[in-house]
Amino acid sequence: MSDRASALHAGAWWVWALGLAAAASRTTNPLLLALLVGVAGYVVAVCRTSAPWSRAYGAFLRLGLAVIVVRLVFAVVLGSPIPGTHTVFTLPEVPLPDWARGVRLGGRVTAEGLVFALYDGMKLAALLACVGAANALASPARLLKSLPGALYEVGVAVVVAMTFAPHLVADVRRLRAARRLRGRPDRGAKALLKVGLPVLEGALERSVALAAAMDARGYGRTAPVRPAVRRLTSALTLGGLLGVCAGTYGLLGDAGAGYGTPLLVAGLAAALAGLRLGGRRSVRTRYRPDRFGPRAWLVSGSGVAVAALMIWAGSGDAAALHPPAVPLTSPSLPLWPAAAVLCGLLPAVTESRPATGRKPTAGTDATTPEPSSPPRRRAGTPAGRPGPGPRTRPAPEETS
Amino acid sequence: MIRFDQVSVHYEGAAAPALSGVDLTVPEGELCLLVGPSGAGKSTLLGAVSGLVPHFTGGTLHGRVTVAGRDTRTHKPRELADVVGTVGQDPLAHFVTDTVEDELAYGMESLGVPPATMRRRVEETLDLLGLAPLRDRPLAELSGGQQQRVAIGSVLTTHPKVLVLDEPTSALDPGAAEEVLAVLQRLVHDLGTTVLLAEHRLERVVQYADRVVLLPGPGRAAVAGEPAQVMEVSPVRPPVVELGRLAGWSPLPLTVRDARRRAEPLRERLAPLAPPVAGAAAPATAPVPRPRRASLLRRAWRPAPVESGPAPAAEVTGLAVRRGAVPALREVGLTVRAGETVALMGRNGAGKSTLLRTLAGLHEPQRGTVRVGGAVPHRTAPRDLLRYVGLVPQEPRDLLCEDTVAAECAAADRDAQAAPGTCRGLVTALLPEVADGTHPRDLSEGQRLALALAVVLTARPPLLLLDEPTRGLDYAAKARLVDHLRGLATAGHAIVLATHDVELAAELAHRVVVVAEGEIVADGPTADIVVSSPAFAPQVAKILAPQHWLTVTQVGEALGGGGAV
Repeated sequence: MSDRASALHAGAWWVWALGLAAAASRTTNPLLLALLVGVAGYVVAVCRTSAPWSRAYGAFLRLGLAVIVVRLVFAVVLGSPIPGTHTVFTLPEVPLPDWARGVRLGGRVTAEGLVFALYDGMKLAALLACVGAANALASPARLLKSLPGALYEVGVAVVVAMTFAPHLVADVRRLRAARRLRGRPDRGAKALLKVGLPVLEGALERSVALAAAMDARGYGRTAPVRPAVRRLTSALTLGGLLGVCAGTYGLLGDAGAGYGTPLLVAGLAAALAGLRLGGRRSVRTRYRPDRFGPRAWLVSGSGVAVAALMIWAGSGDAAALHPPAVPLTSPSLPLWPAAAVLCGLLPAVTESRPATGRKPTAGTDATTPEPSSPPRRRAGTPAGRPGPGPRTRPAPEETS
Repeated sequence: MIRFDQVSVHYEGAAAPALSGVDLTVPEGELCLLVGPSGAGKSTLLGAVSGLVPHFTGGTLHGRVTVAGRDTRTHKPRELADVVGTVGQDPLAHFVTDTVEDELAYGMESLGVPPATMRRRVEETLDLLGLAPLRDRPLAELSGGQQQRVAIGSVLTTHPKVLVLDEPTSALDPGAAEEVLAVLQRLVHDLGTTVLLAEHRLERVVQYADRVVLLPGPGRAAVAGEPAQVMEVSPVRPPVVELGRLAGWSPLPLTVRDARRRAEPLRERLAPLAPPVAGAAAPATAPVPRPRRASLLRRAWRPAPVESGPAPAAEVTGLAVRRGAVPALREVGLTVRAGETVALMGRNGAGKSTLLRTLAGLHEPQRGTVRVGGAVPHRTAPRDLLRYVGLVPQEPRDLLCEDTVAAECAAADRDAQAAPGTCRGLVTALLPEVADGTHPRDLSEGQRLALALAVVLTARPPLLLLDEPTRGLDYAAKARLVDHLRGLATAGHAIVLATHDVELAAELAHRVVVVAEGEIVADGPTADIVVSSPAFAPQVAKILAPQHWLTVTQVGEALGGGGAV
């Protein structure tokens, strides 16, 4: 599944994951949150590719666990505003001076406080897990490739910056090793600081080399555009952004509810038109852009559905989504919201179907290490050019 | 296709122009090789073709450079991108995207090639360069040769008329270098691309060139012509040409095959002479008379049999090292004696550097033992280890952290707790011409290597490790390095060098150890190992096989100070 022809549009994965995240932000029910994380994890396990970014999920899960732990530690040490009656244990309280009134160090730790902190931490952890799932399924770099032409350069800058981080880490390692070779200590913060300057120097040199390479490869070629169009582009973009700002301000304040919405809409329209016009200056074309196909609609739709159903359930039965910490009650799994969360499994279901249904193509592309090389890669080739590698037998998929 | 008209380039703040008065024409469809010592302006000339000089680097260009009829003064590099493709020495510095397929498409996207054409050209280029199995792979995971091929492919997709390459094979092992050169051959023959390339390792490329342009150095005019003619006057020559000059052959042979056909009388004359001792000088202690050839099967090394003589400078038994999840070395056994020079050879990623770094205490062994003069490297504090072993890393610049040569030397003396002036003394011996106030960054590759070597030698380590020391060195700098290392070996230092440079190994090493996939697959006297190997044999050995001659110097000495045959 590392093949780009069968890869889903990166935007679809992000919509799906953000839908799940929106649902997670609407509840503190630990059972629902666990279910959400489970759904995201299952989909990642089924759909992820062998790309390097697909390992991101584990990192985000660990980060989520760390968030829960930190939240609990704070609840224990600093106390909790939740009034509780079940004392678990009592820490010695540190007497604080008068000016720090309202802050408490140590003291009584109640079960209610802990439970509340746990629920709260779980909510954050679930949000992180959803973002992690998006990262593992679609690299943010691929998402940036779908930006409109006028924003292309911003996208390149971000992609280049992201490939720089691993280079920096490698540089730090290399220079610390070199320090050791000079007979100097290579551990500790001081050693790390000492390599800082050479690392920055190296990064700067690499940027200059990359800039030269990009220039020599035609980066930044522009098409001639009439000055009138250029001025119109600037005016539309700037005016549009101003409109968006003013509209948002109106919507948030109580006075401007009347003019807020139309101003926001007009601003957005102007900004989009500006971006579109700005795209004319760019001569670039796109190589195999991600297509937003039916499956992408299904995947993003499932994410939106989860979020919408959860919000709707929240307006109906708020108590089920927010089990109270005071008094202590064991949370129960509300049936309908749980069913809504399960909608998020749709990507995993649609994923497994094509993988089994297209098996006959396996093995036609002898040079590709992946056993299942999906057919659309070649079916989409203009003029039916045969794909790479030796053909071992006639490929039936060429006609599909 | 490429025309230089009285071109001079002067960089801001430089005392002398980098190029002066170059007149040059490269016709369409030629493979033109640019040779010359370091600092002769090869990179500047290449940069002028792609327009990066002076648009990107600054400086002043006099005269006129035209490429496919476009004047580089009025065309910026990006406007030449459709006629000139440039590939540098380090492919990683060239990559903009993260996977092979995207990288191949990047240049075409910038030029606005229609999507259908892009798709076709990417598939064609994948096939042309043999990259199809790698199309979805992240660039960072490829080997050096694969990365270099992707870099070439990424500029080919725009169908440039001219391809400019700056030392495309200097970081590659012999096999990967041949891969890249075969691709260039194919481009010239099948697509009629004009190729202009600069390379220090002439023995790899000179036979492919249609024309050689020699930049003899600052202040002297460029010479262009047939390869054999230019090699007559060139100060930089591959061993096959050196041997041809020694034997008085005319015209000079450029390929091993040409030379071999003419070498019959020379071979007859050399046959009765004494077979040379490997590495030109015998090791200070008794040479190791054990041509151990490890089988490919894994087997644990027995500890080296006890022999008379001093304790080994380094002893490795049953060593296994992992880097991340990947096993980098398995069951490696190696003994290096004082005064002995050992060359580690093998393809990129075979584990040579890991072995050196483990000896220097940078990696912890997973299994097995490592002893360096009685110390366990990874358990010894850095400041003590300094006196047992010194490593000059692949990028000697990493070792240098001060602003001036003098400060660097003072720091080295402090690190090694040596008497002040020790390091400066070594630097003066190695680099008589370098002033105290020079910034290490302004030194040439060879000078920087010498400075790093001096820094390492300040602590007088009995074991000296060098990782790929001749990358980017011209023949003169290499000869100085060889002389110096020979002197160190005679003085009793044990030297281990990891190298792709078969000529260097032939000049210097008493023993060659071949590493493949983390195992030692051959270990024996240099002549025994390299003469039988097609990849690791130096040119002289290939010409004079089956006799065991390795270098031109050996042949010259055997013939009694040279002279025509």
